[in-house]
Amino acid sequence: MTATATSTTPAEASAPTQLTMGGALNAALRDAMAADDRVIVYGEDVGPLGGVFRVTDGLQQQFGDDRIWDSPLAESGIIGTAVGMAMYGMRPVVEMQFDAFSYPAFEQMVSHVAKMRNRTKGRVTLPLVVRIPCAGAIGGVEHHSDSSESYWASTPGLTVVMPSNPADAYSMLREAIDSDDPVVFMEPKSRYWSKAPLALPVTTAPMDRAEVVREGTDVTLIGYGPTVRTALEAAEAGAAEGLSIEVIDLRSLSPFDDATVGASVRKTSRAAVIHEAAQFGGYGAEVAARVTERNFHHLAAPVLRIAGFDIPYPSPKLEEYHLPTADRVLAALDTWEWDLA
Amino acid sequence: MSLNVEHAAVRTLPSEKPLRLLDNAGHAVGGAATGGFSLPDAETLLDLYRKMVVARRFDVQVTALTKQGRLATYPSAYGQEGCEIGAVAALTSDDWLFPTYRDSVALLTRGIEPGDILQSFRGDWHNGYDQHAHRTSAQATPLATQALHAVGLSHAARLRHDPIVALTFLGDGATSEGDAHEAFNFAAVWQTPTVFVVQNNQFAISVPLARQTRAATLADKAVGYGMPGYHVDGNDVAAVYAVTRAAVDRARSGGGPTLIEGVTYRIEAHTNSDDPTRYRQARDVEHWKRRDPIERLEKYLVSEGALTEAVRAEITDAAEQLAARTRDVMTTEAELDPLELFDHVYSRPRSALLEQRASLEAELAAGAFAAHAGDAR
Ligand SMILES: Cc1ncc(C[n+]2csc(CCOP(=O)(O)OP(=O)(O)O)c2C)c(N)n1
Repeated sequence: MTATATSTTPAEASAPTQLTMGGALNAALRDAMAADDRVIVYGEDVGPLGGVFRVTDGLQQQFGDDRIWDSPLAESGIIGTAVGMAMYGMRPVVEMQFDAFSYPAFEQMVSHVAKMRNRTKGRVTLPLVVRIPCAGAIGGVEHHSDSSESYWASTPGLTVVMPSNPADAYSMLREAIDSDDPVVFMEPKSRYWSKAPLALPVTTAPMDRAEVVREGTDVTLIGYGPTVRTALEAAEAGAAEGLSIEVIDLRSLSPFDDATVGASVRKTSRAAVIHEAAQFGGYGAEVAARVTERNFHHLAAPVLRIAGFDIPYPSPKLEEYHLPTADRVLAALDTWEWDLA
Repeated sequence: MSLNVEHAAVRTLPSEKPLRLLDNAGHAVGGAATGGFSLPDAETLLDLYRKMVVARRFDVQVTALTKQGRLATYPSAYGQEGCEIGAVAALTSDDWLFPTYRDSVALLTRGIEPGDILQSFRGDWHNGYDQHAHRTSAQATPLATQALHAVGLSHAARLRHDPIVALTFLGDGATSEGDAHEAFNFAAVWQTPTVFVVQNNQFAISVPLARQTRAATLADKAVGYGMPGYHVDGNDVAAVYAVTRAAVDRARSGGGPTLIEGVTYRIEAHTNSDDPTRYRQARDVEHWKRRDPIERLEKYLVSEGALTEAVRAEITDAAEQLAARTRDVMTTEAELDPLELFDHVYSRPRSALLEQRASLEAELAAGAFAAHAGDAR
């Protein structure tokens, strides 16, 4: 991780403290709202409560309810009104409470958020950020653990990013808010409480860039959001068995960073992608196809997908059987005929 | 903020009979029928008349061009000019309009050029005019979605202390959509300066109003959201104008949103690809033709001596000139650049799109589409 503090003046950067990803997101919202009064925040329970994950904690006290407020409980309404606000020059950062509750807003997302710029030949562009807590492994009951990223990623006009750690969470959210185009900002719930020592403000790599988070020579493991940790665990365990695994944190799902991934795959000649969403028609299919199309002659083996089963997300006591684990990753890698390399 | 306003719910039911200021014979009406609104002055009425005549001529011209295959599709507003013009004329040029596919004649009234309005219907690009210059959003096709945009934009204006109102048109069918409900509710809760004008033209493609709602009037719905609702004769442009004007003024002065139902009728087919004989009776169409919004106002203006032959000739001339301009622009084929396909997806270039653009460019250079270029309409 190349997390470098941007300290324009030494006083600006705080001393490193342990910060959770949720805390980093909170700080990013706070700093963005302080820097630009066009930034407004609304959604369900984001005001006095601070959001069900407390990502907006304390913001209403600081900025008042002209800048951050509780909207009526209606996701299409939240996104549709944000379209109008962005048209008027605001920079709305709206929250969908959980991934599966963004579906009522699907039409607004796909028909308007994604297409407004194109429909109007660039005359109307929507600087809006839709924050979506995503994925599982938090023991949620049904409809609280979906992975909806491929719906958004396959929609032209949207930018879809997913940080996996506090530094990226801060930096990428600031960048998303500064973006003139709409950004779907996915926050892996199971990483909200992950901590890292951090001095804010922090600027990591541009949000359209993937990052090599662990170097290796034998295999490239591609993860994003919650599965970066899984990939790192697999790399650690693989190392014990003498396998040198390179791990890439994709960070951006759309656009896809072909350059970073391609360079790694050409070095290792093998690749596998890990995600929580169902495998069939999932984001991993796009990754595997792209990597193969562009690097076929450098590949020693087919690109693998290690994903959730093709089932609706299971209930809490069964989710551990569904989610991709480091063991499953290593078992999948074992299916390659290594001596063909 | 604004959001913490005291709860002052509206309970008054809209009138059972549509409000009107002019009856079908062009006589000014009085008493309860007017709902307390008064007839606009002669100058305003003449202006409304002029706008309706020009709009009607445009609509007829475009329908004719559609029959000649010059447009891929056109949803006519013939017969609905009272709603379209009466509502839009109540806005200032600083206010915003959020129209649907049906509302091309309203766009005309906003000063948008025929070629720019029709760009999407002839298939050149999804939208052809400058939204900011005309303060008019792109015509929305997914039903009721634009109503939320109007609520959002007008709320943003209010947060910025700009005295701007957003008006949006909805069809009767569109009031059944979830987004219509969410828009009414957000507007009422946030007290946004938004005016919703439901053009109840009796049908959603083939489906009559009775299959859309059990409510006595669509304006009744306003009560449930806590905003004023008005049930208006949509073929009485004077009434639509007066009621909308009051709603716009109230919105501008912080009084919140209004829902206005204009009862009208779509004389033409839903679009050129529709067959209305399958779902409605010729005698109904005849009945509504006799309630024409333009004829009604004309009778009144003539009886008042406000519409002289000279003025009538001048208006006819203006309408004919616009029709000629419309024909001209629609018979000249626009130059389309296929490479522009990639230009407006993101504000920052994306390498994947640049690659795809290069591949199309190579195909074009190799003459891959040369055969098509000649027979493009
Ligand atoms: C969400 C959505 N569903 C279906 C359609 C297809 N459709 C286009 S127009 C229409 C009828 C709309 O009727 P109404 O709202 O009364 O408006 P009108 O066309 O009569 O002006 C339908 C069903 C659509 N455009 N959007």
